Amino acid sequence: MSTPNEKDQVTAGGEQERVSNWRFLIPVIAFGVSFVIFLGIGWIAFPKFLYSEKEQPLDFNHQLHVDEMGDCEACHYFRDDGSYAGIPTIDNCIMCHEFPMGEDPEELKLVDEYITPGKEIPWLVYSRQPDCVFFSHAAHVRMAGMDCMTCHGSIGESEHSKPYQYNILTGYSRDIWGHSIAGFKKNPWDSMKMDDCAECHEENGVSQGCFVCHK
Amino acid sequence: MKLDRRAFIEILVGAGLGAGAGITFSPLPWKLTDDISIWTQNWPWVPVPEDGRVSHASTICQACPGNCGITVRKVKDRAVKIEGTDGYPVNDGGICPLGAAGLQLLYGPWRVPGPVRRVGKRGAGKWEQISWDQAISEVVSRLSALRNQNKPETVTCLASSDRGTVAQLFARFMTAYGSPNFIGGVSADDTSRIAMSLAQGERASVGFDLENAGFILSFGSGIIEGWGSPVRSIQAYGKWRSHNGNGGPTLVQIEPRMSNTAAKADKWYPVKPGTEAALALGLAHVIIKESLYDTGFVQSASSDFSEWREMVLDRYAPEDVSRTTGVSAKEITKLARSFAKAERPLAVWGRGKGTAPGSLYECMAILSLNALVGNMNQSGGIWVKSDDNDMGWPRIPQDVVAENGLSKARLDGAGTDAYPLAKYRPDALPKVINEKPDVVQALLVHDADPYYTLLDSNEVAKAFEQIPFIVSFSSYFNDTAAHADLILPNHNYLERWEDVPSPASLARPVFGLAKPAISPQFATRYAADTVMTIAKKLGGAVSDAFPWKDYPSLLKQTLGENWGALKKSGYMEQRPERPGRFAFYSKFQEPIELQGSSYVYPLTMIPVELIRLADRTVGNPPFCTKSLEETELKGGDLFVQVNPKTCFDYGLADGKHALLETPKGKAKVLVHASEGIMPGVVGIPKGLGHTGYDDYLAGKGVNANMFLGVVDDPISGLPATWGIRARMVSV
Repeated sequence: MSTPNEKDQVTAGGEQERVSNWRFLIPVIAFGVSFVIFLGIGWIAFPKFLYSEKEQPLDFNHQLHVDEMGDCEACHYFRDDGSYAGIPTIDNCIMCHEFPMGEDPEELKLVDEYITPGKEIPWLVYSRQPDCVFFSHAAHVRMAGMDCMTCHGSIGESEHSKPYQYNILTGYSRDIWGHSIAGFKKNPWDSMKMDDCAECHEENGVSQGCFVCHK
Repeated sequence: MKLDRRAFIEILVGAGLGAGAGITFSPLPWKLTDDISIWTQNWPWVPVPEDGRVSHASTICQACPGNCGITVRKVKDRAVKIEGTDGYPVNDGGICPLGAAGLQLLYGPWRVPGPVRRVGKRGAGKWEQISWDQAISEVVSRLSALRNQNKPETVTCLASSDRGTVAQLFARFMTAYGSPNFIGGVSADDTSRIAMSLAQGERASVGFDLENAGFILSFGSGIIEGWGSPVRSIQAYGKWRSHNGNGGPTLVQIEPRMSNTAAKADKWYPVKPGTEAALALGLAHVIIKESLYDTGFVQSASSDFSEWREMVLDRYAPEDVSRTTGVSAKEITKLARSFAKAERPLAVWGRGKGTAPGSLYECMAILSLNALVGNMNQSGGIWVKSDDNDMGWPRIPQDVVAENGLSKARLDGAGTDAYPLAKYRPDALPKVINEKPDVVQALLVHDADPYYTLLDSNEVAKAFEQIPFIVSFSSYFNDTAAHADLILPNHNYLERWEDVPSPASLARPVFGLAKPAISPQFATRYAADTVMTIAKKLGGAVSDAFPWKDYPSLLKQTLGENWGALKKSGYMEQRPERPGRFAFYSKFQEPIELQGSSYVYPLTMIPVELIRLADRTVGNPPFCTKSLEETELKGGDLFVQVNPKTCFDYGLADGKHALLETPKGKAKVLVHASEGIMPGVVGIPKGLGHTGYDDYLAGKGVNANMFLGVVDDPISGLPATWGIRARMVSV
C-alpha cells in the first residue's frame, strides 16, 4: 500500500518506482544555491571585476605638504583671473623641489623623472568628472563658500597616495560612483555622481537646470 | 535518487530563477546600466576637447547683423563654447541658435584654409593652395592691367554693407582705384533710412523701443524669429510676457502666415499678402476720423499733415481697406482704436527678419502711423539715430585715371536720376551684366554672398559666368567663393579685431568692438590688410590713399580716444539724435504688383524666414540644420507650406512632391499642408539650396531666391519684392 505521500509511478518498462515527498525541494535548493551564488557575484565578485587599479606616478604625502604650506589653497589655488588652477603643475613643485629635499626615493624620482627633464607628472585624478560636465571651483568655493572637504573628504590628511581605482568600462575613477557598489554613502564626498550634485543644489536652492553643468 | 530528466529541468529552472533573483537583488544590473550608458559616451571616435586650462574671451558675434556680445569659453587654445555675455546691452547673456553654433563656422570644413586658386571649372570645388604673395600679385596684375587700359570702372566690389572700418576701406579702395562701383547690401533698414530722409530731410536709422512699448503692432516682423537683433527682440518679448497675463503689453501680428510670432501674439490678423500698407493707412483713417491722434505732436513737430490727412481720408476708408486686405471694417476700426488709445503704442515693420528692403510706401505708412500716435523719440516708441559713417580719414587722393573712372555712371544706377534715393542696388547688377557682359571685368566680394543672396538666382548665376575675374575675401567656401577664381580668406569673426556699428533696430545704439577670442586657425589675413597691400602694390595715388601700417593700427587710430574704453568693456552706448520735423508723405502709390500673370500663376509665393535657418551671408551651421523640423526639410527635399484648401484645389497631397514654378524658376519641393497659411499662398523657407559650403548644407533644399524676381520700388529704387506669383502641380 502506498501512503498518501508516496505515489506509484509506472515507468516505461512497467516497473513501479517510489518517489519520496522531499522531491519538491530539488528546485528550491537549486534556487537557493544559485541565488546566493549570484548575489555573491553581484555584490562581491562584480566590483572586483569591474574595477582595475593603477598606482600613482609618485607617492604623495598630502599631510606633510599641508603641514608645511598651511592649507589646500597654497598649491590648489585660484589664479588672478578667478579661474581655478586645479592640480599644480611642476612649476609649483619646482619652487621647493628644484633639488631633492632629503633621501626619500619618491623625492628623488620627482626630481629626476619630472622636474629635471621638465615633464609634467601624469597624476591620476580621483575626482575627474566626465567631459560633458562643467564644474567651476570658483562658483563652489569662492561664491558658495564651501570648503574643500565637503567634496574631497580627508584627502588632505593622507600620507600616501592611495591606488587609483578605475572602472574598466567607463574609464572613470571609482571615487565618482563611490566605493559602495550599491551607491550608499555616509559622507557627501563618498560619491560624486550627478544625483549628488543635484541633491546639494536642491538643498541649497541652487538651479538644477541642465545647462548649469552641461554647458 | 537518480538525476532524471525531470530533476534536471527542475534544477535548471530553479537555478535560473535563483540567478535572476540573485542578480536583481545585487547592484550589478543597475550599476552596469549606468556604466554602459557612460561607456557609450566615451567611444574613441567621439571627439572630446583636450583637457586643459579653461579661459574666457569676450567679443561680438557677427554671424548676423544682431551683433550680440558673446563670451567664448576655451580649454587651452581650443574654443569649446559660445555664450551670451552677461550685461551686454544688446543681449544681456542671451544667445541665439546661430550664435551658439558659431564654433562650427570657426572649425567647420567649409573654412578656406589659406589663399586658394581655382583649378577646375567654376563651382567644381577644385582648388590649389597658393602663397599670399602669389595671390596678391595675381590680383594686382589683373587690377593694374585694367587701370592701364583706363577702365578702372569695370572693377566692382560687392559687400554686405558699407558700415564700419573694413567695408569703408573697401569703399575707399574703390574710390582711390577709380571705380564708382562699390555696392553695399540692402535690407529693411535701408528702406527705413530712405523713409527717414523723406520724412525729415536727412538719412537716419530707425530704432524701436520694444522693451518699453505698451502695444506692439507688428506688420509681419518675426519678433521672436530673428527680427532686428534677434536675442534682444526675444528678450523684449519675454519681458512683455513676464506679467503672467496681468496687464502686459499687447502684441498684434499682421501676417498671411501663422509664424511663431503670430502664434504667440495676442491677436493675429492674416491679411492678404502685400496689402499691409493699405491696412496701416486704414488704421490711420480711423485714428484721424475719430481724432484719436496725438494733436500735440502733429501740430508742433510735423508738417504736411493736412495733405496726407486728405489722402488717407479719401482713399483708405475701412470698407475699402477691408476689400483690399480681407480684414473686416469692424476689426480695422477696433484695432485702430485699441492702438491709438493704448499707452506707448508702437508699430513695427520689416517682414520676417527684416532682410528684404520691401516697399517704401508701406514703410512710410507704418512710420506715419507711429507719428500719428506721437511716439517719435518717446519711451516705447520709434527712435531716430544718426546715420553717420564718417571715419575721419584723410581725403582720398585721386589721379587722372581715378577721376576718369569715377566720372562714369554707377552700374547699379543708385543715386542717379532714376533712383536718386538709393545708395546701392545690388540686385540690379546681374541684369546689367547680362545685358552688357563686359561692364564688369573684375569683381571683388567682401563679407557677402551675392551668388546666394541676390534675387533671381538663375540670372545671378548667368551674370557670374560673364565676369572674367572674381575674387572673394570670404572665410568660408560660400556660394560666391565657390564660383570665384581666387579666394583670399579673411579671419573668422572670432579671430579678428573689428569695429561693429550698432545694430539698426536698437532704440539706444550700441557701438561694439570685436576682439580676437582665439588665434587664427588657418593661414588667413585681415581682409582690410589684404586690400591695403593690394593698394600699396598698385602704387601711385592708390597706394597714397592708405597711409596706415596695418588694420589693427588703423582701427586703433580711427577709434581715437574711445579705443581704451572700447578695448576694456567691448562696447559704447551712444545717444539717439533729436529728431527733426516729421513730414507726412502724401504721395499715393498703388500696391507693388507681383510678377507673373495670375491666370498662368494663380498662387502667391512668399519667402518665409526661420530662426533656425540662417539666410544671409553666413550659411546655416550643421547644428541649426539638424534642428529643422520634418515639415521643413526632409533629406534633401524642402517643404513649402500650403493651406489644405489650396492642396484640394490644385490636387496637392501633404508630404508628397510637387513642382513649384514661378516666372523666374521651377523646382521640385515637398508639400506641407497646414492651416497656418492663408489659402492661395505658398510659403517657402529661405536659407537652403546652397551650392557652396559642404555636404552638411550644399544640395539640401532649394534657394527661395531662385523663384523670386527683382521688382524695383518706384520711390526707393530698392527691390520691393515680397513674393511672386506661382503655380504648383503634383508630380
